[in-house]
Amino acid sequence: MSGIASILNTDLLVATIRLSTPITLAAIGATICERSGIVNIAMEGIMIIGAFFAAVAALFTGNPWIGLLAGVVAGGIFSLIHAVATITFHLDHVVSGAVMNILSFGIVRYLMVMIFGHPGTTDAIPVGLKAYQFAIPGLSKIPVLGPVFFNQTPIVYMSFVLVVLTLIFLKKTKTGLHLRAAGEHPLALETIGVSVYKMRYLGVFVSGLLSGLAGAYLSIENSVSFTEGMANGRGFIALAAMISGGWTAIGSFVAALFFGFADAFQVRMQVFKVLNIPSEIFIIFPYVATVLAVAGLVKKSRPPKADGVDFMIEKEGA
Amino acid sequence: MGAKKEKRVVLETKHVKKQFPKVLANDDINMVLYEGEILSLLGENGAGKSTLMNVLYGLYKPTSGEILLEGEQVEFSSPKDAIRKGLGMVHQHFMLVDNLTVTENIILGSEPGKYDFIDYKTARKEVVSISEKYHLHVDPDEIIENLSVGVQQRVEILKALYRKARILILDEPTAVLTPQEVDELFEVVGRLREDGVSIIIITHKLEEVKAISDRVYILKRGKIVGERETSQVTKEDLANLMVGREVVLTVHKDEKEVSGEPILQLEDVVVRNQKGINALDGLSLDVRPGEIVGIAGVDGNGQSELEEALVGLLKLESGRILYKGEDIAVLDTKQRRGKGVASVPADRQKYGLVLPMKVSENMVLGFHDEKPFVKGINLALETIKTHSEKLVEEYDIRTPGVEVPAGNLSGGNQQKVILARELSSDPDFLLVAQPTRGLDVGAIEYIHSQILKMRDKNVGILLISLELEEIFSLSDRILVLYEGKIVKEFIPENTSDKEVGFYMTGGKKTAEERA
Ligand SMILES: Nc1ncnc2c1ncn2[C@@H]1O[C@H](COP(=O)(O)OP(=O)(O)OP(=O)(O)O)[C@@H](O)[C@H]1O
Ligand SMILES: [Mg+2]
Repeated sequence: MSGIASILNTDLLVATIRLSTPITLAAIGATICERSGIVNIAMEGIMIIGAFFAAVAALFTGNPWIGLLAGVVAGGIFSLIHAVATITFHLDHVVSGAVMNILSFGIVRYLMVMIFGHPGTTDAIPVGLKAYQFAIPGLSKIPVLGPVFFNQTPIVYMSFVLVVLTLIFLKKTKTGLHLRAAGEHPLALETIGVSVYKMRYLGVFVSGLLSGLAGAYLSIENSVSFTEGMANGRGFIALAAMISGGWTAIGSFVAALFFGFADAFQVRMQVFKVLNIPSEIFIIFPYVATVLAVAGLVKKSRPPKADGVDFMIEKEGA
Repeated sequence: MGAKKEKRVVLETKHVKKQFPKVLANDDINMVLYEGEILSLLGENGAGKSTLMNVLYGLYKPTSGEILLEGEQVEFSSPKDAIRKGLGMVHQHFMLVDNLTVTENIILGSEPGKYDFIDYKTARKEVVSISEKYHLHVDPDEIIENLSVGVQQRVEILKALYRKARILILDEPTAVLTPQEVDELFEVVGRLREDGVSIIIITHKLEEVKAISDRVYILKRGKIVGERETSQVTKEDLANLMVGREVVLTVHKDEKEVSGEPILQLEDVVVRNQKGINALDGLSLDVRPGEIVGIAGVDGNGQSELEEALVGLLKLESGRILYKGEDIAVLDTKQRRGKGVASVPADRQKYGLVLPMKVSENMVLGFHDEKPFVKGINLALETIKTHSEKLVEEYDIRTPGVEVPAGNLSGGNQQKVILARELSSDPDFLLVAQPTRGLDVGAIEYIHSQILKMRDKNVGILLISLELEEIFSLSDRILVLYEGKIVKEFIPENTSDKEVGFYMTGGKKTAEERA
């Protein structure tokens, strides 16, 4: 085999899944959040918080599962700042999101120095979640797709399940319907007796939990320590995945897979030097792919009508 | 009356007051609602009717005062409490989620199903069954966006019926309905009354007040200024009570010779709607300066497409729009407006106004980048303000000032803002669609006189209205729009509303075909 063909193999697909998992998780979280009407650009920051607390908890308890729980809970709690700011205090959603991102850097830097005495990277955790990789009997034997989808690590499996759960939640449940109504025509929801604020709090909180899980994936499953800056823009790529996925769970998942593929492809193009051009060029590949996907698809997808629109009853027209 | 004593009071307010930041919308309201009664609420635009209803419904909190339900004092912290106590409300503006289906909208908040899962099958069945029971036909699976306003109104009513309200509040449910639809609605209301439901209905149409209600309260500037048994009063009495002066309920139109070249001509215009159907199907018409041409028709026969094609929101498949002899079909909306085409859209909240923006900003929208409203690259804020204040005065727009968001105005006053802006733009051609939707009788009188004044100034006017009465009283010529074509032309003096109505439903066509 020669040229590009040599890197088109099962490994590339496995890497695609690995790299897309945090994007998928944050993107379906953002989907739920924005369908409720709250714009969320804070996934990057929430991911960082989740990654940090997951690593710290795994380190001090020696148990990565406790780390996972800590990452998810930390993400959820941190996201509540965004909820309080935008829903209760009617702050602009983008402003609050930007503040959240900056705040996360500060918090993590501060705690790094407090706990470890230095910024940068934490000590390595004794066991990571990668140790729990397992092949699903039977299914993992399917050619190509088997090893790609059914011989994975825990959070990757969770992400598949969560995509399906998000889909069911939004399409089939009462709460899901209420949440969608909150993002389309909040006053209509309020006038039939469901609290818009509750739905929006729920949306932000769930997205916090999922971004926290995405963070835990980065620090204790895909790696064995936390490093500042390890989210590396994935929270923003998740935002792009949600938009090009048309604010749907499946769309977000597919878009995340595409971005994961772009990333995996880029790494291989660099490492294997299959084409005779400076390999650094390929670093930009996933980002260009993101821009193109968003530019190409955004016109076709319809955002929730009241996405980013503040809700305050007595300010609304009669 | 002896009979009255036996009636049970289901809802009562005592000294209810609602103060908005700058407006006292309700002032010392004492009202009662009897069981099984149909009560009307009448009042000028901005009198505080919707506010009062929203207070009853738990959406707004009263500043002070008490609400008693079945004799028991209640304090609703949200509509949820009100719904639980058996209240239902159809709001003045649609409370429907556009991208959901009819079924989803109707069941929203009271979905059938176990745990958190929606049982769509049962939901659909229930929707079909109440829609059949009350003869309110809707397609349960259609998306709201694709429905005409009349059908959307039906969905709103079904929404309230689905919740089995014991007290039903209807805030201007007839404003967007055709006469047939109004009859349908009143049948439903009558049936509900028989079931013991008590109903409060708000409408600006005095004949509707007479036709449907037992009793009426008249509201003026936030206060109740009168209470009448409907059978004891005439339409004229009601109008006088409400406005505080004699109101001319029928306009007087001078005879006027129109001649000269048409200012606007549509030639074989074909326009496709979102579903790909020809909504305008070879439509031709012309309007001469100083003439009012009325388009009569049942809603959904191409009215909104005609409106959108004229202002440039919809592309023509074929045909021409000649304005002063020039084809303007290729021009965009802004360019058309620049040439003296003004329009009052039927959907005031979607096309006419930017609700969160100030009244003054809305008043110059579309002209905000032209003299005298700009100074260099800045807006001439002082000029805009004085201009708006003048219009507010002239059109009697009830607002605490021109700096408040347009969304804070009452529905009728929002409409007046659009009319003021468009009529004052000194157009040569004016398109008015549903100009008096939601206006009180005093305001209608004024707007009609303004439209006639434009006619005297030699403006060519195309009037699209679902109200035959309005068409008859204003038009010099009546064109009947049916299935995207003009099927008949009348001179109002030589026809009757019966005859026009016949053509509106395509009746004549089938009769001719049969012959
Ligand atoms: N949310 C709000 N904030 C501030 N002022 C408001 C608000 N809603 C209504 N108002 C003001 O309260 C007054 C009463 O408005 P309301 O909507 O109750 O009138 P209405 O009688 O229903 O009129 P219409 O017939 O035009 O619908 C108006 O002056 C309006 O500007
Ligand atoms: Mg009103």
